Parts: sequence; structure tokens; C-alpha cells
Amino acid sequence: MTSLFLLTGSILVIAVFALVYRILSLVNIAKKNQGKRVGASNTVNSLLFILFFFVGFGLIFWYSGKASENFLPEAASEHGKLTDRLFWTTTAITFVVFFLTHVVLFLSPYFFRYRETRSAYWWPDNTKLEVAWTVVPAIVLTVLVFTGWWAWRDITAPAPDDSLQVEIVGKQFNWMVRYGGKDGKIGKHDYRKIDATNQLGMDFASDKSNFDDFTPREIHLPKGKNVLLKIRARDVLHSVFMPHFRVKMDAVPGMPTSFWFTPTKTTEEMRKELNDPNFNYELACTEICGQGHFAMRMVIVVSEPEEFEKWYASQEPWAKQNADYIASLNLESNKELAGLFNQK
Amino acid sequence: MATVDINLHKSVDEHAHHNDHHEEHHHHEESFITKYIFTEDHKMIAKQFLITGIFWAIIGGALSVIFRLQLGFPDANLEFLRPLLGDWITTQGKLDQNFYLALVTMHGTIMVFFVLTAGLSGTFSNFLIPLQIGARDMASGFMNMLSYWFFFLSSVIMFISLFIETGPASGGWVVYPPLSALPQAMPGSGLGMTLWLVSMSLFIVSSLLGGINYIATVINLRTDGMSFSKLPLTVWAFFLTAVLGLLSFPVLFAAALLLIFDRSFGTSFYLSEIYINGEPLHNMGGSPVLYQHLFWFLGHPEVYIVMLPGLGITSEIIATNARKPIFGYRAMIGSILAIAFLAFIVWAHHMFVSGMNPFLGTIFMFLTLIIAVPSAVKVFNYLATLWRGNIVFTPAMLFSIGLVSLFISGGVTGIALGNSAIDIQLHDTYYVVAHFHLVMGSASFFGMLAGIYHWFPKMFGRMMDEKLGYVHFWITFVGVYMVFFPMHYLGIAGFPRRYYSWTNFNAFDSFSDLNAFISTAAIITLSAQLIFLFNFFYSMYRGRLAPENPWRSNTLEWTTPRFPGHGNWPGKIPTVYRWPYDYSKPGAKEDFIPQTVPFSATPESNLPHETEMIELEKEFAK
Repeated sequence: MTSLFLLTGSILVIAVFALVYRILSLVNIAKKNQGKRVGASNTVNSLLFILFFFVGFGLIFWYSGKASENFLPEAASEHGKLTDRLFWTTTAITFVVFFLTHVVLFLSPYFFRYRETRSAYWWPDNTKLEVAWTVVPAIVLTVLVFTGWWAWRDITAPAPDDSLQVEIVGKQFNWMVRYGGKDGKIGKHDYRKIDATNQLGMDFASDKSNFDDFTPREIHLPKGKNVLLKIRARDVLHSVFMPHFRVKMDAVPGMPTSFWFTPTKTTEEMRKELNDPNFNYELACTEICGQGHFAMRMVIVVSEPEEFEKWYASQEPWAKQNADYIASLNLESNKELAGLFNQK
Repeated sequence: MATVDINLHKSVDEHAHHNDHHEEHHHHEESFITKYIFTEDHKMIAKQFLITGIFWAIIGGALSVIFRLQLGFPDANLEFLRPLLGDWITTQGKLDQNFYLALVTMHGTIMVFFVLTAGLSGTFSNFLIPLQIGARDMASGFMNMLSYWFFFLSSVIMFISLFIETGPASGGWVVYPPLSALPQAMPGSGLGMTLWLVSMSLFIVSSLLGGINYIATVINLRTDGMSFSKLPLTVWAFFLTAVLGLLSFPVLFAAALLLIFDRSFGTSFYLSEIYINGEPLHNMGGSPVLYQHLFWFLGHPEVYIVMLPGLGITSEIIATNARKPIFGYRAMIGSILAIAFLAFIVWAHHMFVSGMNPFLGTIFMFLTLIIAVPSAVKVFNYLATLWRGNIVFTPAMLFSIGLVSLFISGGVTGIALGNSAIDIQLHDTYYVVAHFHLVMGSASFFGMLAGIYHWFPKMFGRMMDEKLGYVHFWITFVGVYMVFFPMHYLGIAGFPRRYYSWTNFNAFDSFSDLNAFISTAAIITLSAQLIFLFNFFYSMYRGRLAPENPWRSNTLEWTTPRFPGHGNWPGKIPTVYRWPYDYSKPGAKEDFIPQTVPFSATPESNLPHETEMIELEKEFAK
């Protein structure tokens, strides 16, 4: 029924449209204004550009103010503040260019619209101008490149040795996270060791430091400490995106990647700042990975270092939670493991 | 070379006369099949590309409206699409999540390759190169025909893939492995992806056949007097576009071939250490990043393959309708050359956060921002061309001005994205979507429409309706900005691309009204294209018969008859004496002097160095 309705509707619209068109073209023929080189529409079009300019830029200015409340809040990481500043500086410069070029492009055609009485100005080239508008953009861009380069160099420099290591693993369709436990070292993994229980493929046989690793359901980070994300993927490409920290790095199967940064605001501080008691930092996926791509969410909790230490110490190693699995491996090191658990 | 040239012209001349002779007396000489289907006439091949391109543009546009419905109105019941989409509408009346990704993927593939590469380059390179350089046809009419039919075959396969049970390819238009390599990763990576690869391979063959032909034609078949420094900027743009395609498409072919091997023959070029669907795969040592390098080695030049023809067309149309020589002809050529060269060494700016060495990121940031300079030069030259012109706002002119505007607004955001430090946050968000849809998608699309409006009289011997053109332009222009400009806001707020829905995240749980607005604007913009379609097909048969030179233009194509036959000029090919931009020359009787007018005929307007040319002309005539 709906489709019948739509069909009749569209046929009617087309019929009306065709009729109007036919009438217009007949009127045109009757008026015989086809001999003239340009009609009144030439002026109308040039005026429409002016209208478009004012309405368009009006909308941009009006909405930009309104929309800013929905932008991501000020960056919650040290490098993020820097890249944000770079972004807004670049935006300011380019917006000025965007605005000025459009002043010429949209406002001038009215004055230069066709009239029989005037003639275009013969102006095939001007070397000075060409050089000027090659050199000036080149200089501006050089400045932007260098500031960008300095930032990029620092962001991608090797992580400081005291960084907290956090392993993030992407799979269809969720994230997994692992901490190094007591020794702070994240154990080796082998993708052939992955099964329904050992989702991360921790290789207990070849690396003992796996035994104290723990895998919480949320990411916890200490404020003001350097954090090194060690990123990998299990099946297809994923991408670690922590919008508030301005962090993004692809997770690549077979090629570990990393990103380090320093969180600067705790979740609590952010909740107060935004006046939103339900606020949480989030981790999202930004590399298309299949059906559930849009649902790969993980909560990130940033707390004061003391609070973080307390949380860290309270976490139970994965190996302890899955003692049956460890036993089934029949490892020599099982005895050591027993010792490890007894210590606690 | 000269002798070859002359002989070739002679033989085609004879051939053309031969045809003329027969056409007058026996109309059945050229059968329907040789005239409209397996034709070797570059003009008919151009129309074949155009019609196929329009067909694909409708499909590509329709796909985008379907996924925009999901994004703009996530709660809407899409049950009414069931007759069209069948089980891709779930029992709850929602769009299937896998099919959403398929839509996004096919929209990208279709628009970038089938519409803006084949539809744009295929149409206008074919149509304009021989007509504007003064040639009877392409260097090889047969190869040209093959080029279309490979494209046709590729189109058929891609079209079929839309209808198979597991859906078409769905891994994004870049089809990054492992997602695209593993059928168990998503349904679209099965048969759909195989068809995608087969179709794209054929497409590459088509592109190469076309490109070689364009290059050979421009180099060898220019008419007497048509030196490179007298070529219209359109031909310069098509020429360098073909060079770009010729050098970069084979790399995509290599990438596709290796992907085919990984998919079907158990190799590990792109695959390593993968555990999927409850089992580890045997592949070791491959790298998904290798694919990205290969893909973007085509992918980035592809952006300019799409963009340069539009810029060339715009240069021609703006000069003609501003009644003014293009400002800085040499600077324009220089900037095209610079863009074409730099296009090959900026590809990795798509991969700043792919995990590649950050030092490589530094290099590519430097190179990327350099390419902004020639682009800026082009924009300033357009503005200077309009300045103090005597502007006639034909629909083609409106679309050209629109192109310049879109090229600026999409281009400036590239400066933010090309900066690797800033790109960390913006990569794969809607900011990128806004950027490339404006600068590459919409701008090229405007170039294509401008070209159609401008050369329609030459293609079909009839005029399109101007008023409908104006309405079409204004709705489209406003619409395109309404669709893509707001996406910057989404991008700054961090909204990731290719998301079926954002409501899972607190961070992206805003702007639902803006998304609804974008979708509405998209529907209106697409509907406005019906005005164009009506105008196009109606004018083809019922339009006012075109005068020989409706825009009072200087270039050679307007010296052909209203309905040029195969061979283009009934008699001798005209000789060229001057550059194509002698508009509003001081002292001249008219505000244009066609390229075929010798300097000896225009003593009143000749510049000092041109007066000297008269002597040369005399010698040349001997």
C-alpha cells in the first residue's frame, strides 16, 4: 500500500513538473528572448552568490558557537593539549583563507557580471602576483609543518622507561586489556596458544612473567604518570581510539604497535568539570573491523596515583583465576606458580 | 614523426571522406551495432562512458541515502525498504549491520572508480582530447573500444555483486586485509569480495587501455600548430591524469593480485598470526601495512586522477565565461605538473597512525603540505581570472564557480589533516569524511556536471535548458554544503567513520539532530539530481538545436559541424595559430578569437611579438 502511494505520488510530482516545464519553455518561445546574449537570470545568479555568502557564513558563525558544547572537552592528556592548540591554530589560519577567498569568489561576480557595454580586462598573467601567492602559502605552511613536526617528534619518541605498561588487544568485537602484575612485565604471547579460555594467548610455557598478569574488564590509569599502550590485534585490523586523550593507533595482527601518553585529569575531575556524574572515559575502535565495529567500547578509569596503586595491588592474576587451565598445561613451572600464589 | 603524422591524417582523411560519401547515399552503411555498441568513434565511446557513469552515480547516490537514513533516523522503521533490500532489513525493521558496511563500501567504490574515474575521465578525455587537439580520433580506436568494454564488463560484475546472498564487498572501499582477506571475518569478504577483486582488475585493464591511448593521442596527433604551449588546460589536465593512472593503477593491480593469492592460494603477503573463528591460521610473516602502502600508492594519485580533469574543465569554462584569458596559463600548467609529481610521494599521509615508523610520518607530512602550494596557486589563478571579467553565468559556469568554492573549503581542512600530530585525533573521524567529500567528491562531481552542461551541445547537437540548470545548480550547491559542512562538527567531536550507530558511546551521544539534518539534506540533494536527469535526456531529443559555437569559445571542438561524423571535421583538420585564451583582447572586434584565426587576420589586436609571428605564418603556409 505504502509503495503504491509512493509510486502514485512520484508519478504525480513528475507530471506536474513536466507540465510546468512545458509551460515555461512555451512562454520562453513566445517572449522570443533567446536572441539576447544574457537574460535577467545573469544578474539573479550573481546576486544569489552574494546571498549564499551571507547566509552561509552566518550559519557557520551561528552554529559553530552552538555546536562547541558538543565538541570533545579540553584534552585530558599532555600531548593532547598541544595537538589541540595546533589544530585550532591551523583552523584559524585556514578559516581566514577560506573566508577571504570566498569574499572574492562570491561577492565580486556581481560587479563583474556580463554587460554588453563593458569588456573584460585583458590580464593574462602577472609574475609578481604568481610569485607572491606561491611564496606566502609556502612560508605559512612551513611554519605549520615545523610546529607539527616538533609535536609529532615528541609524541612518537620512545616511551620513558618508567612508563606503566598496558596491553590492549582488539578482536571481533571487543577489547581486552592486560597489566603486567607484580613484576610490571607483560608476559609473552603466542597466537597459537589462544583458545576459549586463554583469550590473549599468554604463553605460560616460555615466559613466567605471564603468571602474575591480570586482565581487568576496564582500563585503569593513574593520573600524571606515563602510560605505554602496547597494542595488538587478534584477527583483523582495529584501531585504539581514546578521544579524550587524543590517542589513536591501529592494532595490527602480527605487528605490535604502541602509543604512550600522560593522562592529566581523573575521571572524577572530568565529571565535576562537565557537571555530568555519569561521565566515563572511553575506548573506541576506528578501523573498520566488521559487523560490531561500532560497538567496541571499553571504559577507561583514571584515578589519583595512590588510588590506582591500591586498585592495581588488589587485582587477582589471571593464572590464579584459571588454575584449572594452568594445571592442564602440565608445566614444570606449576610448582613455582603454587609458590607465587602462596606469597599473597 | 612528422611524416607518420601526415600519413596518418591522410588515411583517416580519406576514410572520413569515404564515410561522408556513403552516409549521404546509403544510411544503412553504419549498422546500429558499429555505430552505437562496438563503436570506435571517440565521441560515441565518450557518451557510452557518460551514460554508464550516470547509471553508476544514481546507484552510488541511492546507496548513500539508504545508509544516511540509518545514521540520521536510527529509530525509524525501514520496513518500506524490504521490497528493495529483502532480508537486509532485519525483522525489527532495521538495516542489517553487515549490509550497512556493504553500503558504505560500495558507495565509495562506485563513486571513486566508476563515476569519478571512468565517468569523468572516460567521458571527457575521450570526447575532448581529439576534438581539442585537432585529431580525427584516438591513436587507437580499437583499444579505445576495448577500454569501454572492459569497463562495461567490470561494471556488470560489480553490479551482480550487489545482489548475491552474502552481499557485496563490505570492508570499506580501501578493502584492507585481513578483514577483506578472510571470508570468516564478515559475510561480504566471501564471494562479494572475490567479485570486487575481479571487477577491479578488469577496471584497471580498462583504465590502462584508455590512459595509454590518451597519452599517445596527445603526444602524436596534435594538428599543425598545436604545440604543447597552445594546448587548452583541459587537455593538459587529461594528459597528466592519464600519466598518473598509467603509473599508479598497476600498483593497485599488484596489491589486488597479492590479495587474491592470500585469499585463494594460502599465501601470507598480508596475513600474520591470526586467530579467528576459534582457530589459529597458518599464515606467518605477512604485513597488512604492506597492503596499505600498495593501496595508497594508487589511492592517493587516484584522488588527483579524480580531481585534475575537473580542474581542467573548470579552467576552460571559467576563462570562456568570464570572457577573459585564464590567469597565469603557464603557472596553471606548472601547478598541474607539480601536483601530478607530488601526488606520487604523499601516499603515506593516509597511514600516520597505521603503525608505520613515525619517522616516515614526518617525511610524508612535509611532502603533503608542499602539495598544498600548487593547489593554492590554482585557486588564486581562478580568482584572478574571474576578477574584472565579464561573467556570463551559464549553468556550466555556475558549477565551475561551485567547484572552486568546494575545492577551497575541502582543501583547507587538508592542511589540518596532513599535519601528522593533528591527524592523530582526526584520523578516521567525520572530519576526514567532510574533507574528502568536499575536495574530491563534490568538487569533481561539480567538474563533471560543469563539463556536461558545457559540452552537451557538442555531444548531442542540442542545448540543455538553462533555467533547469540554474535550479539544479542552486539546490545541489546548497545541498552539498548542507550535507558535508556539518560533518566537520561531528569530526571535531570525534565521531568515527563507518559507524552503524554512535549511541553506544557517551562521547558520541550528541548531534543526533545534526545527523538528521545531514540525512534530510542528502535526500533533497539527491532528488534534485532528477531535475538534471530530466534535463539531460529530454534535451537530448527535444532540446533547442545548438548553434555551432554556443559559448563563443576559442577551442577547436567548436569548429566542427553541429553533428560531427566519425573523423570530426568534414574537410581538412584546421590549423592552429594561437593559444586558446584570446578572450576580450584589446582592439579585437569580438570578445573572442578562435585558435584557428591566424595573426595575419587580426592586425588590430596583435601584441608586438605576435606581429612577428605573421612572417612565420606566411612561411608556414608555403
